Amino acid sequence: MNNSSLRQSSVLLLPTLLVLGLFFCIPVLLMFGVSFASRGLYGGIEWTFTFENYQRLADPLYWTIYGRSLFLAGTTTIVCLAIGFPLAYVMARSSARMQTALLVLVMIPFWTNFLVRTYAWMFLLRTEGLFNSLFMRLGILDTPLELLYTNGAVFIGLVYGYLPFMILPLYVAIERIRPSLEEAAYDLYASSFSVFRHVVIPLAKPGIVAGCILVFIPSLGAFITPHLLGGGQSMMLGTLIQHEFLVVRDWPFGSAISFLLMLLVLVVGVPLLKGRKLWGS
Amino acid sequence: MHNFNQSKFLRYWLTVHLLFLVGMLVGCGPSGEPSLPGDISQDVGAKELFYFTWSDYVDQELLDGFETQTGIKVIVDTFSSNEELLAKVQSGATGYDVVVPSDFMVSIMAKQGLLAKLDHARVPNEQFIEPFLRDLPFDPQQEYALPYLWGTVGIGYESSVIETPPTSWNILWDARYKGRISMLNDQREVFGMALRSLGHSLNSQDPLLIEQAKQKLMAQKSLVKSYTSDSFDHLLVTGDIVLAHAWGGPIARAMQERASIKYVVPQEGGTIWTDCLVVLATSPRKAMAFQFMNYLIDTKVAQMTSERLLFASANRLVKDRVAAAVRNNPAVYPTEEVIARMEWMVDAGEAMRYYDRAWTELKVH
Repeated sequence: MNNSSLRQSSVLLLPTLLVLGLFFCIPVLLMFGVSFASRGLYGGIEWTFTFENYQRLADPLYWTIYGRSLFLAGTTTIVCLAIGFPLAYVMARSSARMQTALLVLVMIPFWTNFLVRTYAWMFLLRTEGLFNSLFMRLGILDTPLELLYTNGAVFIGLVYGYLPFMILPLYVAIERIRPSLEEAAYDLYASSFSVFRHVVIPLAKPGIVAGCILVFIPSLGAFITPHLLGGGQSMMLGTLIQHEFLVVRDWPFGSAISFLLMLLVLVVGVPLLKGRKLWGS
Repeated sequence: MHNFNQSKFLRYWLTVHLLFLVGMLVGCGPSGEPSLPGDISQDVGAKELFYFTWSDYVDQELLDGFETQTGIKVIVDTFSSNEELLAKVQSGATGYDVVVPSDFMVSIMAKQGLLAKLDHARVPNEQFIEPFLRDLPFDPQQEYALPYLWGTVGIGYESSVIETPPTSWNILWDARYKGRISMLNDQREVFGMALRSLGHSLNSQDPLLIEQAKQKLMAQKSLVKSYTSDSFDHLLVTGDIVLAHAWGGPIARAMQERASIKYVVPQEGGTIWTDCLVVLATSPRKAMAFQFMNYLIDTKVAQMTSERLLFASANRLVKDRVAAAVRNNPAVYPTEEVIARMEWMVDAGEAMRYYDRAWTELKVH
């Protein structure tokens, strides 16, 4: 790269760098600083240097929350993949017109605020809600099921909320696989299973990885879903951070948990991204 | 064909991100950024006032009334616990002018230097405040706070399921109602209730007593459907729960939708509280803020407030003027006999640490 094009690209990069610096780096550094401070009696920040907040992370009390968050985010990712893959495959293999129609259908939920859609789930899941009344009327149930404010409700909400983020990258990846490759495999007497296993999956891998990252990371730190559908019962990392900041006003410890969350994301995300490069080549 | 689809997809993808960003910006934008900073003398030009209050206390008609009278537009933001209020105000320049902390929080905020002193000359309606709300330890000299609405904490219940009125908090531990109980999402209220049920003061500062209360609450957790401060009335009406650890006002509102809902304060007694109007020290519009406070406790406005929000007004003239159905509703105006066994909550001081820790442990498990 010669000098003038270097200058040109730095000018073009400037807005992005400014936005990243102002709205990402500075707040994160600030929070990093706060995570080594301690909490005042009424919740202010006292600038004494301490590792106590990070030591507290090891408290067995919080292991339940880490475990629950990782478990819920993990199962959400797996279920989204299981539901999303067939859907994305059908989408990618339909006619151009059908593809547009299906894409629009996947997108339409985004036109409504996520909070509103979560409230809609509350109406569906409550004791006298749609599901329970329907099942009772059909005689499938005698007594209403406890649906709302359970881990199950949080799980349903997460799968519902993040499914499009799985479908879209999968669709892009599968759409790129030429149908002729699958036909070639069939011509060589491959069974549908081995076509799927040895042709479709390896070629769709970048999409699988992107989808898993896009679902796993936001579900790990999700706040609205566990807050509204978990009813203050099933705490996850996101709700724990909110609890520390707004309820017990322990900003230093809240900051330390936020860094733990970032660390978890890095631990899961980086190997996946590295792997993606390998598969891409 | 192939490329065509891909570029179309890219367009969609970008649209989604844009929509997402727009949604986030709209959803998270600060609701109370002061548009016209300045001191009291500059108030005249300012036409907006930022009011941070309980989600139960919002009634657009009351605010519109103030706007027609004075031309000042009141912009509302809401919170659902005293801790949330404190956390937000503590975080610095919030842009709010008038906020509504409860009694014990007034003293904490005053100690932190967050409150402006009352300008008694600007709130002449102060003369109508109930005498028993005036000599309380949270603001002994009446320097900062103007009591606004008051009430009790008790049990809201569905009388078609629970036929005899509960007399003890211990009904909230009754396994027959598993999954049909809600508790306030408020650490001092929940622990205060448990402490009273164990025969202690709800202001206990002894870590052993707090631990005992925590153990008792842990045993209850599997029975609790939800810890919520702003939707228990709704859950009672929809039949999701039959017992709610509750503030009176929302229960009174729930009664209007489902007549079989009732309210009782158990024999062990519980919290009596008053939410107060205060002006933040950082408010650049103090004159307007006091004008608004004076408006809110004006006898006519307070009567309307009490009837519409179904909370007891701190204006002593109001009780005799509200509709009989409101006056005689135990969820709104408690009787003298009930008031006698209630306890005011005070700042727990150093013991807040134990409460914070115990509350986190309860919520995590």
